[in-house]
Amino acid sequence: MKKNKKIILAKPGLDGHDRGIQIIASALKEAHMEVVYLGLRQTPEMIVEAALKHRADVIAISVLTGSHMTVFRKIMKLLEVKGIKHILVTGGGIIPEEDQKELSRIGVGKLFNPGAALDEIVSYIKNWEPLSR
Amino acid sequence: MRNSLKECYTPSGLPTGHYYKKVGKPGEYPFTRGVHRRMYLRKPWTIREFAGFGTAEETNKRFKLLLKEGQMGLSVAFDMPTLMGFDSDSPRVEGEVGRCGVAIDSLKDMEDLFKGIALDKISTSMTINGPAIVIFAFYLACAEKQKASFRCLSGTLQNDILKEYIAQREWIFPPRPSLRLVVDVIEYCTERLPLWNTVSISGYHIREAGSTAAQELAFTLANGFTYVEESLKRGLSIDRFAPRLSFFFNSHLDFFEEIAKFRAARRIWAKTMRYHYGAQRKRSWLLRFHTQTAGCTLTRQQPENNIVRTAYEALAAVLGGTQSLHTNSMDEQLALPTEKAVQIALRTQQILMHEIGVTNIVDPLGGSYAVEAITDRLEKEAETYFHHIRKIGGVVSAIEKGFFQKEIAKAAKRYQFEIEQKERIIVGVNDYVLEKEPKIPLLKIGPEIERKQVGRLQKVRRFRSPKKVKRSLDRIRQAAATDSQNLMESLIEAAQAYVTLGEIIDELKSVFGEYRQKPIF
Repeated sequence: MKKNKKIILAKPGLDGHDRGIQIIASALKEAHMEVVYLGLRQTPEMIVEAALKHRADVIAISVLTGSHMTVFRKIMKLLEVKGIKHILVTGGGIIPEEDQKELSRIGVGKLFNPGAALDEIVSYIKNWEPLSR
Repeated sequence: MRNSLKECYTPSGLPTGHYYKKVGKPGEYPFTRGVHRRMYLRKPWTIREFAGFGTAEETNKRFKLLLKEGQMGLSVAFDMPTLMGFDSDSPRVEGEVGRCGVAIDSLKDMEDLFKGIALDKISTSMTINGPAIVIFAFYLACAEKQKASFRCLSGTLQNDILKEYIAQREWIFPPRPSLRLVVDVIEYCTERLPLWNTVSISGYHIREAGSTAAQELAFTLANGFTYVEESLKRGLSIDRFAPRLSFFFNSHLDFFEEIAKFRAARRIWAKTMRYHYGAQRKRSWLLRFHTQTAGCTLTRQQPENNIVRTAYEALAAVLGGTQSLHTNSMDEQLALPTEKAVQIALRTQQILMHEIGVTNIVDPLGGSYAVEAITDRLEKEAETYFHHIRKIGGVVSAIEKGFFQKEIAKAAKRYQFEIEQKERIIVGVNDYVLEKEPKIPLLKIGPEIERKQVGRLQKVRRFRSPKKVKRSLDRIRQAAATDSQNLMESLIEAAQAYVTLGEIIDELKSVFGEYRQKPIF
């Protein structure tokens, strides 16, 4: 049997809109993945550090304040500096399509908007393999 | 919850024989039917659209546009750094300056925000909580510069910290010192700003976080009672401060339940203020409230449909007797609203107010078997919650135990489950889906805003007197460390010396500490 995936969930930025991420945390857990939810107000540095410490397969963040470009770029940069290529960086929030395309170019995975089905998010993370990036 | 609604209501749902005693007439105790005898015939609700982005100068322009278009009061949206008490040049705020509201770092920004707008002629609502008292000091210092008399200032400071711990999570300090700051504002205004609403006790965010209507009602009122008790402990007289407590509710999709929720809220508040806390003045019994349509019911899919959702929610608020109203813009699941989207939202209210006749009859649903029965049910459910909250040691203790947070998380999960299972149809999301989504124009806020605001802030830092800054901060620290001292005066003095929000909050953190909450899922 394959090892269960380990996911770091975090809410970067200063706001407290965690209704979405809480629901996703419990859905991932119910799908037998190992979930480490860091909570609110996490900086990119804190998130990457936690991902390394926990040997995570996936980093998933929720951003609703419009700061997604800054945050995702920083996380990607930090991973690059550390030479890490096997971690999927994904997430969701209010992220316009154009920005999603740009983030995809720098290696960010699929991003989910409000109204996305839980099943879709869970199966995307479950079926993701490092080579598919 | 939809399954708690009956299919058909009959007179058996009405309080037999005691209708007038239980429900009352509009403008009479217990105010189930509204706070005024003639409601909107006397005065329509205030159209108050929440606005703010970028720098103070840009938001000032949007304010003037809204006023020109017929808006009746202002409502300031602050950006996240301001809401959390950080300056725009703090390393913690990169990427968030001016994004979802206006950046206010010092009195200078407040001056520009209200340039050409006379503060004694307009009412202003300010949605801020953690650092509310500091932003309020900036506002008062700004009014003083305009030579406006404090006695003529009208408006509302949200200043409701309890719901931050419960739902919105934008706290700075731990609950106890935070409550003291809330009461400092109440005490100061009771003396000097008789027209100012000192707290806007908010259910809006509790509902947005995923609560049910009954939870929104119960938790909000429980918070209200806590502010009353804290003010009484301070030695304030109930009939002096209670008339200036105001409320803020969400208007969600379930039309009749929402209307009933507003009616139940008025009745519970009136009863409790009169008989439990012994308030004598009629004004102390009145629950006056602002309503915002539910942001969480907007969909990213087929965004134009949101105009319709918002219109129905607005109608529920008006039939529930709201005193002021914000209607959301159709594009808010995608970005901050464009001018066009804001204009449609504003027009939605104007059509409601002038074209469809709802202002001509006072509480037209009073006596409806269904609405009266749902009102009673919500009142009972709220009472069950009050009892439980008391049993576990009151609101602050319930927060510390994570009680509200867990209840809301459960309800949010259930709601999502209903959508996933199609037990609840959301048009365009889980049914009536379009293959290709329409594209609508979106407002873009560029990174240059951050640089511009940091430049403005650094200019303020260069031109002020460092000696005055230090003296002000020393005074704040001393006042903060003395429980019996009201912080307001020292904060206004600091504002006048152009001490920044971040500097003041850091000083207060050194006395009060910071709060952390364990994530729940």
